[in-house]
Amino acid sequence: MHGPLIETLARQGVTRRTFMKYCATLASMMALPPAAGRAMAEAMAAAPSASKRPSVIWLPFQECTGCTESITRSHSPTLEGLIFDVISLDYQETLMAAAGHQAEEALHAAMKANEGKYLLIVDGSIPLGLDGAYSCIGGKSNLETLKEVAKGAAAIVAMGSCAAYGGLPRANPNPTGAVSVADIIKDKPIINIPGCPPIPVVMTGVLAHFLTFGSLPELDKLGRPKAFYGETIHDRCYRRPFYDQGKFAKTFDDEGARNGWCLFELGCKGPITHNACATVKWNGGTSWPVESGHGCLGCSEPDFWDGGGFYKALSMPANPLKMVAGAAAVGVAVGVATSVLNRGKKGAARAAHEKTTLADLEK
Amino acid sequence: MNEMQFLTWVRGQGLDLAVSLFLLGVLWRLLEIYGLGRKKDLTAPRHASGASGWHTVFRRSLPAESMLKKSPVTYIAGYTFHLGLGLVVFLFAPHIKLIQSLTGLHWPGLPSQFIDLIAIVTIAAMVVVLADRISKPVKRFISTFEDWFTWLVTFLPLLTGWLAVRHLLLPYTSMLAVHILCVEILLIVLPFTKLFHAFTVFGSRWYNGTVNGHKGVVV
Amino acid sequence: MSASLEKGVRVLKEMIDAPIASYFSSCVHCGLCAEACLFYTETGDPKYTPIHKLEPMRRLYEQEYTLLGRLKKMVGLSKPVTDAELGQWQELVYNSCTLCGRCSAVCPMGNDIVYMVRKFREGMSAAGHAPVGIKGAVNRTVNIGSPMGVKLPAVKAQMKHVEEDHGIPIPMDVVGAEYLVMLSSMEIINFPEYLAAIAKIMKQAGRTWTLCSTAFEATNAGMQIGNSDLARVIVSRIVEGAEKLKVKTVISPECGHAYTALRWEGANLIGRPFTFKVQHIIEVLGEFQEKGLLKTEGFETDRLTFHDPCQLARRGGVIQPQRNLMNMVAKNFVEMPDAGYMNWCCGGGGGASAIEEGEELRLAAFKKKKSQLEAVKPDRLVTACANCRIVLEEGLEHYQMDIPVIGLTELIAEHIPDLAKSEGA
Repeated sequence: MHGPLIETLARQGVTRRTFMKYCATLASMMALPPAAGRAMAEAMAAAPSASKRPSVIWLPFQECTGCTESITRSHSPTLEGLIFDVISLDYQETLMAAAGHQAEEALHAAMKANEGKYLLIVDGSIPLGLDGAYSCIGGKSNLETLKEVAKGAAAIVAMGSCAAYGGLPRANPNPTGAVSVADIIKDKPIINIPGCPPIPVVMTGVLAHFLTFGSLPELDKLGRPKAFYGETIHDRCYRRPFYDQGKFAKTFDDEGARNGWCLFELGCKGPITHNACATVKWNGGTSWPVESGHGCLGCSEPDFWDGGGFYKALSMPANPLKMVAGAAAVGVAVGVATSVLNRGKKGAARAAHEKTTLADLEK
Repeated sequence: MNEMQFLTWVRGQGLDLAVSLFLLGVLWRLLEIYGLGRKKDLTAPRHASGASGWHTVFRRSLPAESMLKKSPVTYIAGYTFHLGLGLVVFLFAPHIKLIQSLTGLHWPGLPSQFIDLIAIVTIAAMVVVLADRISKPVKRFISTFEDWFTWLVTFLPLLTGWLAVRHLLLPYTSMLAVHILCVEILLIVLPFTKLFHAFTVFGSRWYNGTVNGHKGVVV
Repeated sequence: MSASLEKGVRVLKEMIDAPIASYFSSCVHCGLCAEACLFYTETGDPKYTPIHKLEPMRRLYEQEYTLLGRLKKMVGLSKPVTDAELGQWQELVYNSCTLCGRCSAVCPMGNDIVYMVRKFREGMSAAGHAPVGIKGAVNRTVNIGSPMGVKLPAVKAQMKHVEEDHGIPIPMDVVGAEYLVMLSSMEIINFPEYLAAIAKIMKQAGRTWTLCSTAFEATNAGMQIGNSDLARVIVSRIVEGAEKLKVKTVISPECGHAYTALRWEGANLIGRPFTFKVQHIIEVLGEFQEKGLLKTEGFETDRLTFHDPCQLARRGGVIQPQRNLMNMVAKNFVEMPDAGYMNWCCGGGGGASAIEEGEELRLAAFKKKKSQLEAVKPDRLVTACANCRIVLEEGLEHYQMDIPVIGLTELIAEHIPDLAKSEGA
């Protein structure tokens, strides 16, 4: 197997063997047959010269750049980063050298040259409040930009929870009127890669799938690739046996916490969070939140900011006792009122009592 | 409404509503029932009735003489499902956690494998209770819509809770939300159906026991 | 001629109280009460399930005294109680319920079902749905003085017989006597041995006692029909008699319902506590036995068993004295299964024995007693209730079982040494 990509990797000190292994891992993570790994490797290695690489446009809206940071700073040498060598990233504000008009020109040139073929990646939510004035690029609101760029896209990747569900900007009370990509674009295939930020390998896996097979992987009903979001953190958590045994850390520095017991009671959202953190881990497989002693925040689920508190156990209601005083007062009032009515009725019946005589036993 | 919004609603406003209606209903019904009062008994007691009311409250939890043999299914399945419900409700760690967050009271729970087993046994017992109601002429004869309905609203929280823990049928999030919703329905329905026996059983036994104590009948 | 549905409903509204509300709210329709009711166990007909016998009253309670029930009635979800419905329920409330209280004893919710049936009968009788047989008994008790139409001359004739046969004077209207002895007309007509037995026992114990010419009948058909006004008329005669004669204790005869009417309802019927004690004759005998005032000689050697009258044992709290008395005079006393607190009713209590059209059902229910008796095969059956005795005799005859029935008081009296002889010694 030869090709420009293999040579580039070799220069970065990544052997062909490592690359093949990476592709195989990717394929297996996506629950594809073993042959798919080789197909992926070949497709990527054979990536043609720069002019023929598939064009990718990356639009940043209301976001924090965490998603970009996540993918570019994954680990070194950057296997995840290799993806940038097989695509033509024609517009990415954070990474591109161009700025201002130059950058806009690059965007429009790419859109024109690859109409109907380019892949659109979006990170960040789209604000609808004040006619979109909360976030503008080059004098255009994000809404305008999205509609314009989406028109010629082959597919859209909503990168991170903001693009996928609205994320932090959409959290109650949502001052900017933020919405997700899918709330606006209805006529293009959209793949959601939620997470705050998403796991790098998930993103490269999806891109590799797209490059190799020219299609999107199988999605769940929230538009997420099933391969990565099919199971909950809780299902795969290495602390799960403690949950099953009922062993819970009660505070972050108690005996249970030191023994690595389940963090359910400290608010871990693992049971309701679909993501691959527990298997893929972060930072090149170093660790992940639960392993480092903190419960899952549930960042790959919609509205995770408004779930009632990160440190409140899942079984915990928000605040069900807030109306009990009022309810008790109403209950007592209704009860006493009925009681008074009843006593009145009974009293009336008693007052109307006519002493029964023998004759009264007959009709 | 997506899963998370649904869960957020059932844990938030839904639960607020259910808990409030439950409390409202319980107080209303207790006052409605016991507010009717009763006439003072003017007859001379054989013994002062003393603690006989309280004694009966406990004693009636055991089958009356020779009755266990007459209706074993009613007793055994009845005990199993009441005890099972009690254990699952009060000894499952997440439930304890809930009670703790509301009241500050907490106690050790049972390992979840035990709870799982108890839940299965309880579900089975409830199915037996239902089958018994369908197959026994007396039970079928005196059963009304309310009997079938209350069976269902008692059964559903148990079943959905177990399914949620076992990750069956629906994703955990959805099942947890459905479970909480079922509990809320149970809470709202309880004061206004025969399920209110959970409260009035104490009053009823006490009245019965006091009258018997007054007469010197061994209670 | 004024019984009507409206009247019945109004009376029920008076009757329904917190215990009834609590009982109805507690019922989970488990059906265990059916297993305790001999009318169900012996017929297998689910309509005899005790709690079902109260269905019209339950609906009325719900419609009148619960907010949701009022709403349900308003929008037509809950049908009002009709006269025809009450008519249909007559069989369930009277013929197939002897107020025996086994259902109240087994209900896991603690529901006192009999308490409710007793109150339901108030409404049923006011609505004109009481059985003819009991109505006749009430009529005779109020007008003539006893449910069987016995008048004072008949009592006096009995007294004379006893005085002649036993040489013991029978006191009547003695002011200041310790005990006022009541009779049931059944005893006056069918079991005259009772009066003689009392005379012997009192003489041996050295206690003063008397009959009362204005109040000799203890049974209270007004309570059985479920009408407090009429029950009060009947019980007031006894209260007046007892107060006029200034007795310390009124003794209820061997009759279960007479005991309940006097002991557990009387004061409530007249609306003030009694100024005297009420005891069942078995309680009195038990007391005499304990104090050594009762001395017997010899033993019965045949196989005897004891039938506990429901109102004396389960509903009255007297269980042990009759057993101590049995053992005092019987060598071979055996207990039937379920004897004592959970004994099965004879099938004719609570006025049921007065209902002619209920006879077939009563005899069907008697199969329970039959099986109890077959389990111990006694030579004779002892009891302490004249009504039980009559019903038992009828049932035994119907099933061609040759077991004589006797009263416990007589049995005891038979073992009291001949007074003339003992005086002589």
